[in-house]
Amino acid sequence: MIEVLRAGALTTVQDLGRPGLAHLGVGRSGAVDRPSLRLANRLVGNDEGDAGLEVTFGGLSLTTTEPVIVALTGAPGAVKVNGRGRDMFAPLALAAGDVLELGMPSRGVRTYVAVRGGLAVESVLGSASTDLLSHLGPEPVRDGDRISVGEVHGDLPGVDVAPVRTLPDQVVLRVVLGPRDNWFTPDAVDDFRRGRFEATSSSDRIGVRLTGQPLTRRNADELPSEGMVEGAVQVPPDGQPVVFLADHPVTGGYPVIAVVHPADIALAAQLRPGQAVRFEVASLGR
Amino acid sequence: MREVLPAGHGGLLVECADLTDVMNLHRALEASRPAGVVDIVPAARTVLVTLSDGAPRAEVVAAIHAVDTRSLTETADRAEVVVPVTYDGGDLEDVAELTGIPVDEVVRRHAAADYVVAFTGFAPGFAYIAGGDPALHVPRRATPRTRVPAGSVSLAGEFTGIYPRVGPGGWQLIGRTDVVLWDLQRESPALLTPGTPVRFEAVTS
Repeated sequence: MIEVLRAGALTTVQDLGRPGLAHLGVGRSGAVDRPSLRLANRLVGNDEGDAGLEVTFGGLSLTTTEPVIVALTGAPGAVKVNGRGRDMFAPLALAAGDVLELGMPSRGVRTYVAVRGGLAVESVLGSASTDLLSHLGPEPVRDGDRISVGEVHGDLPGVDVAPVRTLPDQVVLRVVLGPRDNWFTPDAVDDFRRGRFEATSSSDRIGVRLTGQPLTRRNADELPSEGMVEGAVQVPPDGQPVVFLADHPVTGGYPVIAVVHPADIALAAQLRPGQAVRFEVASLGR
Repeated sequence: MREVLPAGHGGLLVECADLTDVMNLHRALEASRPAGVVDIVPAARTVLVTLSDGAPRAEVVAAIHAVDTRSLTETADRAEVVVPVTYDGGDLEDVAELTGIPVDEVVRRHAAADYVVAFTGFAPGFAYIAGGDPALHVPRRATPRTRVPAGSVSLAGEFTGIYPRVGPGGWQLIGRTDVVLWDLQRESPALLTPGTPVRFEAVTS
């Protein structure tokens, strides 16, 4: 059993979500930075899709009632066990009663904690993920919550530390234009391709809200609601784009100027408020 | 030929001629499920198809173009859902004013029509129910409500919707029902899924 002493600003249980249910109005949800959750699980010998913790801006501290092996990935921050500094991106053995603390990340936003055996949380529609838009899955983790650990079901990999790419200062997200780029003026498409945007503090698991040169539309027509994909760059009437993340709505009524490359979603998910971001238009082939 | 727009590496947005075409294409794709398709999301004028990593995109596009909805048979196979409604919604008077139809006639016409679920979205279990009397098409409220009670039966554009749970909303409220739209204990949590035939029945309170 894991006991959460302090949950920090926002900690949720996440796995790889609920794909394939959008026709019921249920979005995918799951870890917003899926590669980081997968890596954390691999480091402790779990299935990549086992449930772990997604910690937003650090501040988590937990203890355990039994010996466990954990791994932390994603946004790097100071990790301490019983007050002594330890490494992220590596399996970490905790004895019963040990206290693990995670500080504010120095880069990025979300840190993932995998526990060997996975978190044994009741699954809803095939996933243990908390969907904050649809209110599906467990409530966000609170101080004092006790979370069961699942059965160990794989061998520990023989690695000490996983090599990871440092989160960049200057984030460039590759995008494919469309499906509604033709709803914008040529100047707006140009501003989108060349301009510099900044992530704002109202970003959340639904999307990264950006601010920059407003992207103006050709006309004020109302777009009938249409299906939205993860990574969609939706532009509401104020012209300030939103990059949709895991908890995005299944359908939306504002035009999508472009969609972020699947491999760059994790970078978008780790954008900090105030951090600069650019878009690089690529073709579908790349 | 339908236009297929890119929605990133993992998505295809198919533009349809009208809502009927959307519903037909959705049914056909649900039945054929081309390899690599994850989600099929019908909406008002489009069907979004999402693909798994490495799915054969060109083949899925070809499969979409090859769908012949003329060969589809009627939806006789699906059970109709009857929704009992107490027509006492807060926007009933406004709907009467907007349409120029008296309140009791609005109610009579709403309960007389045959409906079918076109698509879902907005919230789990929320269905866009099409097929109502065209005279009852009304715009959304100018100012959305911050709190709409669960079970509210409402109108917007060409659709009727029922709020599965309490929350904000901008549709015109015409009544309420006790029918449970979303229940995780049910085998199929959503009562109304695309293609479900629906009828509304006036109950007197």
